[in-house]
Amino acid sequence: MLEHYLRQRRQEKDILLMTHIVLGYPSWEASLAIVDTMVAAGVDLMELQIPFSEPIADGPVILRANQEALQRGVTVARCLEFGREVARRHPIPFIYMTYYNILYRYGVDQFVDGMAESGLQGAIVPDLPPEEGDGYMAAMEKNAMHPIFIYSPTTSEARMRYLAGYARGFVYCVARKGVTGMDTRFSDDLENYLARCRAATDLPLALGFGVKEKADVDFLRGKVDIAVIGTQTIRLVETQGVAAVEAFIQGLR
Amino acid sequence: MNKCGYYSQFGGAFLPEILVATFDELATAFDAVKDDPGFWQEYQTLMATYSCRPTPLTLAENLTRHFGGGRIYIKREDLNHTGAHKANNVMGQGLLVKRMGKTRVIAETGAGQHGVATATMAARFGYDCTIYMGEVDVERQRPNVFWMEQLGAEVVPVRDGTRILKDAINEAFRDWVSNMDNTHYVLGTACGPHPFPEMVSHFQSIIGQEAREQILAREDRLPARVYACVGGGSNAMGIFSGFMADDGVELVGVEAGGRGLDSGAHASRLCSDDAAIGVAQGYKTYFLQDTEGQMQETHSIAAGLDYVGVSPILSHLKEAGRVRFEAATDEDVVAAMRLTIRKEGLIPALESAHAFVQAFKEAPAVAPDQALIINQSGRGDKDIFTVADAFEDPGWRDFIKRKAEQYKA
Ligand SMILES: Cc1ncc(COP(=O)(O)O)c(C=O)c1O
Repeated sequence: MLEHYLRQRRQEKDILLMTHIVLGYPSWEASLAIVDTMVAAGVDLMELQIPFSEPIADGPVILRANQEALQRGVTVARCLEFGREVARRHPIPFIYMTYYNILYRYGVDQFVDGMAESGLQGAIVPDLPPEEGDGYMAAMEKNAMHPIFIYSPTTSEARMRYLAGYARGFVYCVARKGVTGMDTRFSDDLENYLARCRAATDLPLALGFGVKEKADVDFLRGKVDIAVIGTQTIRLVETQGVAAVEAFIQGLR
Repeated sequence: MNKCGYYSQFGGAFLPEILVATFDELATAFDAVKDDPGFWQEYQTLMATYSCRPTPLTLAENLTRHFGGGRIYIKREDLNHTGAHKANNVMGQGLLVKRMGKTRVIAETGAGQHGVATATMAARFGYDCTIYMGEVDVERQRPNVFWMEQLGAEVVPVRDGTRILKDAINEAFRDWVSNMDNTHYVLGTACGPHPFPEMVSHFQSIIGQEAREQILAREDRLPARVYACVGGGSNAMGIFSGFMADDGVELVGVEAGGRGLDSGAHASRLCSDDAAIGVAQGYKTYFLQDTEGQMQETHSIAAGLDYVGVSPILSHLKEAGRVRFEAATDEDVVAAMRLTIRKEGLIPALESAHAFVQAFKEAPAVAPDQALIINQSGRGDKDIFTVADAFEDPGWRDFIKRKAEQYKA
């Protein structure tokens, strides 16, 4: 169980790291090499994004990665296969991140059954609030998969508690307004917001959007359980190649 | 947030969490005004004093004689200020923005008509304004870019994705998730998450209300058929809503057939096999997508119809059998436009000309004592570059060449 794993891991480390890749970008070989490198560098769990043509919650860097992956012919079936392979190779939890249309067209039940068979742990579907997600949540429940829901600074306390009722594994707190890949101010405001998140659920908390260096991770220590590094490693691979990833991850905490 | 805004299985609000509170606020603001006669009065007065409403219903006598069938009437949305029905929606949302106390508006635009309308509304109400427009559309609708900028709007060309309308919508959402505190997104058509389909249709329903009264006054009976082009579906919802409860009135929506439905180069979601039900841009409807759920490239000679999705309300009305959908090819559209210009002295927008194509096909078979209404959603002046190319007008080409020479000098 994901929650149990995270709690155990937290006994050993004061903050966990979750990283994000866009599947098939810049190539399948690179995706595999990045996963291997990240796991070797001590990443605690990973988010695998299945590309979609309309990634509305993502900023320019991840948006272009989605587009390029699709241009290279990345398919959902190949993404599921990749998930199966990395889950077999590595002992850490993997979750999918994608937009709802990918599941909808594939068939929500088939998708979730496939995830479970492949040894994945859960999914983040940012454009699927619980209000629209009956079928998805039932399929996840049946397969003991973890639907990860999102808190944002605009989420009311009442809604945070509502979302907590559906969330499994952990809750993903978005650090600020806007899309992925923009700067975040690690400030008192953020601390107050995280305190509100903490009060609304007992689940472990992850914080993502704008985490890109050790100082950010240091700020988050003691406030959340997981720091999420998304856009920054994609930028790093683009500018310095896969080889730069290991030192970067190791330097974060 | 409640699960709402469904039209049978279509619609909904598939929102990223960051926007849930903003949509709650918008739905509350809209709910407070939608049944308020005082607000509608304010809206009607604004449209009467700023945008030429009620727009006329013109009997097209020459076209009627030409086709020798039903009497062809044209609802003149082209006479709105800024030249299209887009003004109806935009001014309505402008009033709502004032009530919500926001100071900045953003919008997507395809043809540029909605962008110009939004920039105009922003100038009039004193809002800051940013317009997102696909790079391809910036190229084909340059005159509208010019006017948006003169009106004080910032026009941002969108270089991602297919660089047309859907990509402009994505960028507008990306702006909104950062700036929702002071910003309202003026979505231009009856698509997107709830309450947009309902809200945009509500403001556009002024077309149908007027048209119904006007045709009864002129003909003393309801029309046999009503035609409208369908991009996202707002002008169609606008005119159809006036006749929705009149079972005897056949409603016909005309999509962009592009180079033909079997060419793959079209934007026909409701009458081609290339579309399937899906969820994107926050709502569920028919989308032109591949079997993996990735959105497809679309094509139309009319930038305003070149969109992957369609109003969830129209998807519902198609399945319910209340609206019939047809497609018109680029070639037929240009011919219908030329005929309308010559016979009636009217210049429909390329978008609107799609509705004319289907009405012309069917008019001869309609009894002469019956009436047809075509919604002329906009005027075609904006399309001068595209139309001049389609007409292969040598004089225009020479003019542009000389103009370019002058700029070079
Ligand atoms: C003149 C005109 N007609 C029709 C449309 C299509 O939009 P809708 O289907 O929302 O009426 C547009 C869109 O830009 C337009 O400019």
